[in-house]
Amino acid sequence: MAESHGEAKGQAAGAHTEAEGGHHGGAFPPFDSSNYASQLVSLAIAFVALYLIVSRIALPRVGGTIDARQNKIEGDLAEAQKLKDESDAALKAYETELANARANAQAIGNETREKLNAASEAERKALEEKLAAKLADAEKQIATTRTNAMSNVRGIAADAAGAIVQQLSGVTPDANAVNSAVDASLKG
Amino acid sequence: MKIDPIHQFNIEPLFTLGHIGNHTIAFTNSSLYMFIAVLLIALLMLASGRDLVPGRLQSVAEISYEFVATTIRSTAGAEGMKFFPLIFSIFMFLCVSNLVGVIPYTFTISSHLIVTAALALLVFFTVLIYGLYKNGLKFFKIFVPSGVPIYILPLVMFIEVLSFFLRPVSHSVRLFANMLAGHIALKVFAGFVAMLGFSLGALGWVGGVLPLALTIALYALELLVAFLQAYVFAILTCIYLNDAIHPGH
Repeated sequence: MAESHGEAKGQAAGAHTEAEGGHHGGAFPPFDSSNYASQLVSLAIAFVALYLIVSRIALPRVGGTIDARQNKIEGDLAEAQKLKDESDAALKAYETELANARANAQAIGNETREKLNAASEAERKALEEKLAAKLADAEKQIATTRTNAMSNVRGIAADAAGAIVQQLSGVTPDANAVNSAVDASLKG
Repeated sequence: MKIDPIHQFNIEPLFTLGHIGNHTIAFTNSSLYMFIAVLLIALLMLASGRDLVPGRLQSVAEISYEFVATTIRSTAGAEGMKFFPLIFSIFMFLCVSNLVGVIPYTFTISSHLIVTAALALLVFFTVLIYGLYKNGLKFFKIFVPSGVPIYILPLVMFIEVLSFFLRPVSHSVRLFANMLAGHIALKVFAGFVAMLGFSLGALGWVGGVLPLALTIALYALELLVAFLQAYVFAILTCIYLNDAIHPGH
């Protein structure tokens, strides 16, 4: 840079041409000031070009791709979380629904069972009453028949007792006496 | 067979572009490799896809982007992202040209002090001008560390000022010397292999195994240095820019 102005250009250039021949009798290339200007000019052009490419196109492009990926990943994660929440909610709703349905079924079952029980109970009671009534009728009939039969037996017994007394004693007994005697013996 | 480890640094004009004063402006092999570097970076950054799931080339472009962005954020803070294009350009330019320069028969741009000095001065003046523009006179606080006893403050300030103005020197010489020395060492050891082989015949070919192994090891080291020096240059740029952004230490 600054020190390059002080040196004699012609000599340096001459040394440079010699060095190209293969034997390095001239300046050590990195310290050969004759080629500084060329290097600085091309470095300036190349580096400015690189800076423009990098700052205007390359970094926004690659940075954009990275950001887009980041956003996509975050969006996908949020979406997945949302879907998970939804499915959780649906599962919960399903479970409550299931519990409700089960309770309903239980209630309906109980109700039906009670209704059926009551109906069969009522039927049984009605049947029992009917049977009891029939039984009572039948018992009454039996009692009537028995009473009739008993009174017939008394008449026959009184007649037979009167006839027996008459046969044995030849005296016709008093009907009342016979009747009371028969009654007493029937009771005993 | 003669070893000439300096030949690789020769600047050879390919054609003349014109004259500025009494300087001849030529398009040289150095210019060619500068434009090759720019072209390769442009290809990497522009020709790679924009897919959601990146391919190989796109991954390299995105990793470069993230790498430089992370470096800036960690050294100069979020405000340093203003200089993202500059630092990205510097880092990629040096990294790509250094890596290209490790290929045999190519030219290494940063093995010339004038190039590294120009880049270091670009950084130096960017720091100086931006620092003064943004902070005004407060920028000079970088020369006055806080918590220093008043009686040694002049000495500390003198050292701070000196180190500030020597920054472009160390900044540029570090890169230049690393690339230069590495390439010379590589050339010398590679030259030994050929020299032994040509001068001693069969024995020489056997004896050449040792320098060949060294050359391979050095080559791997040079690949690392090519990347590392570009990174060091970029991170120092970030640290210097941090002074311009936050001068209060």
